[in-house]
Amino acid sequence: MTKDDCKKLVIDIISDIAPDEDLSAIKPEIRLRDQLQLDSMDFLDIVMELRKRHGIEVPEADYSHLASLESCAEYLTPKFAAKA
Amino acid sequence: MAYDWLKGIEDHYDIVVIGSGLGGMTGANVLAKCGHKVLLLEHHYQLGGLATWFTRKGGHIFDISLHGFPIGMIKSCRKYWSKDIADSIVQLKGVRFINPQFSIDTTFDREDFTRLLVEKFRVAAETVERFFTDLRAMNFYDNNQETTGQMFERYFPGRDDVQRLLMEPIAYANGSTLDDPAITFGIVFSNFMSKGVYTFQGGSDVLIRKMTAELKANGVEIRKHVGVEKILTEERDGARHVTGVVANGRAIRCEAVLSNANIKNTILRLAGEESFTPEFVAETKAVRVNSSSCQVYLGIRKGEPLPHIGDLVFTSDEPVFSSEKLVDLHTTSRTFSLYYPDTRPGSDRYTVVVSINAKYADWNALTPEQYDAEKQRLISESIAALEKHIPDIRGKIEWMEAATPRTIERYTRHWAGTSFGTKFEGLKVSMDLPKQLPGLYHAGSVGIIMSGWLGTINYGVIVANQIDKALAAKKRTAMASA
Repeated sequence: MTKDDCKKLVIDIISDIAPDEDLSAIKPEIRLRDQLQLDSMDFLDIVMELRKRHGIEVPEADYSHLASLESCAEYLTPKFAAKA
Repeated sequence: MAYDWLKGIEDHYDIVVIGSGLGGMTGANVLAKCGHKVLLLEHHYQLGGLATWFTRKGGHIFDISLHGFPIGMIKSCRKYWSKDIADSIVQLKGVRFINPQFSIDTTFDREDFTRLLVEKFRVAAETVERFFTDLRAMNFYDNNQETTGQMFERYFPGRDDVQRLLMEPIAYANGSTLDDPAITFGIVFSNFMSKGVYTFQGGSDVLIRKMTAELKANGVEIRKHVGVEKILTEERDGARHVTGVVANGRAIRCEAVLSNANIKNTILRLAGEESFTPEFVAETKAVRVNSSSCQVYLGIRKGEPLPHIGDLVFTSDEPVFSSEKLVDLHTTSRTFSLYYPDTRPGSDRYTVVVSINAKYADWNALTPEQYDAEKQRLISESIAALEKHIPDIRGKIEWMEAATPRTIERYTRHWAGTSFGTKFEGLKVSMDLPKQLPGLYHAGSVGIIMSGWLGTINYGVIVANQIDKALAAKKRTAMASA
């Protein structure tokens, strides 16, 4: 899986959690919170969906890695690779 | 032989949920959607916990919980329940305050409160702006020892009128006082100020029925009339684990228990002191439960309309606000919740629910005769207070009755009949629980912030995530060793 594939999976999850948000123009390096109306419950939902859909566990101490699309890809791509 | 309310259930579930308050129901729904086998048990004959209703002859329907919550409920209901439930949420625009210090109408949001504080209360605009911005930035994990009263003094020194405007509605919403941590006020108040006060169109009966349908569609097994008597534990590898529950005298095995019972009931009565270290038992016993509530329910005769006097009307004859006076047995502070026909579309009925904060100890000390007399007093004082706003109300009332902290204890089994969960320290005990007894989780009204409509729904999700994580790890371990 490439980092771009990983970003797409994260966007898929966010589009279900926040269906009213326009995700077409997300800047990967900017914090998601600064571009979208996401709160701490939304990030918890991302963690739950990663577990449910992809069997990936994000420990609480690592939640900060989910801040931007870029940092998500950086952190999650090796986790996807380890599962494959 | 008595009917078997557990007839047909299985011997084993992934998760047993004790109690169907909003935290228990939401936790059950999220866990079922994660693919777990969930059994939801409720001792009462109706689901919802305090988010419930009752009917009386003459076509009266009374909602129990104060019908006001922050806009965040729309998002939470949409994510953890359904779009249909989220779409039934509507704004309550008529919030009123009537007391010796001021009389105002407000939409109860930041914009309108800023206008009031600046124009009516003559507070400097930059102070108001700073207050709202600072509160918005508060987090529950901030290590801030300041109390709400101290915080008010910092922004609005000597202004007991401003203090009343800010504190009184929140005290009705969650039982908090001026002595509770400022962050508990800041978080709850900011949630409301975001966009105002909202409610469910259709009432609690429609809401809980929709939620029940959703739970069933997601595969949750629901049983009412089933009281859990004991949480079962076993010693394995030198440590105690949860293995199931005993309910209506029958053992049901499970991997995890999500208790939506009061935190003190959960630890001290259901699991039992023997399941924990003496230190944790002492910490649990030291958790202060919050105060409670009385309510007076007034059903208006069919065909009799009421004038629109507001949706939520905070009234008091007290010269200034006092957290102590608010819960006094003879308090004159009352919130009137007005239910007009549009609350339940298709209905032509009006009802009034009067909410009064109260102390369980005052009500529990009464003899049966005193108890009945005090309830009658509560009803007649509430009607007299309402007559100031609707002079001909008395002749329109067809049904009247009162509930007290003892009523809440009977229907919810809450420790000391609390209607508002615990003080702040209860949150830590609740969150530490699975570390103390693996397999046991708690999601109920704790810590003031995990309380109320929105707090309990979100806390149910937070704890469901922890359970899902633990069960997923357990499955991985089982697969690895297979």
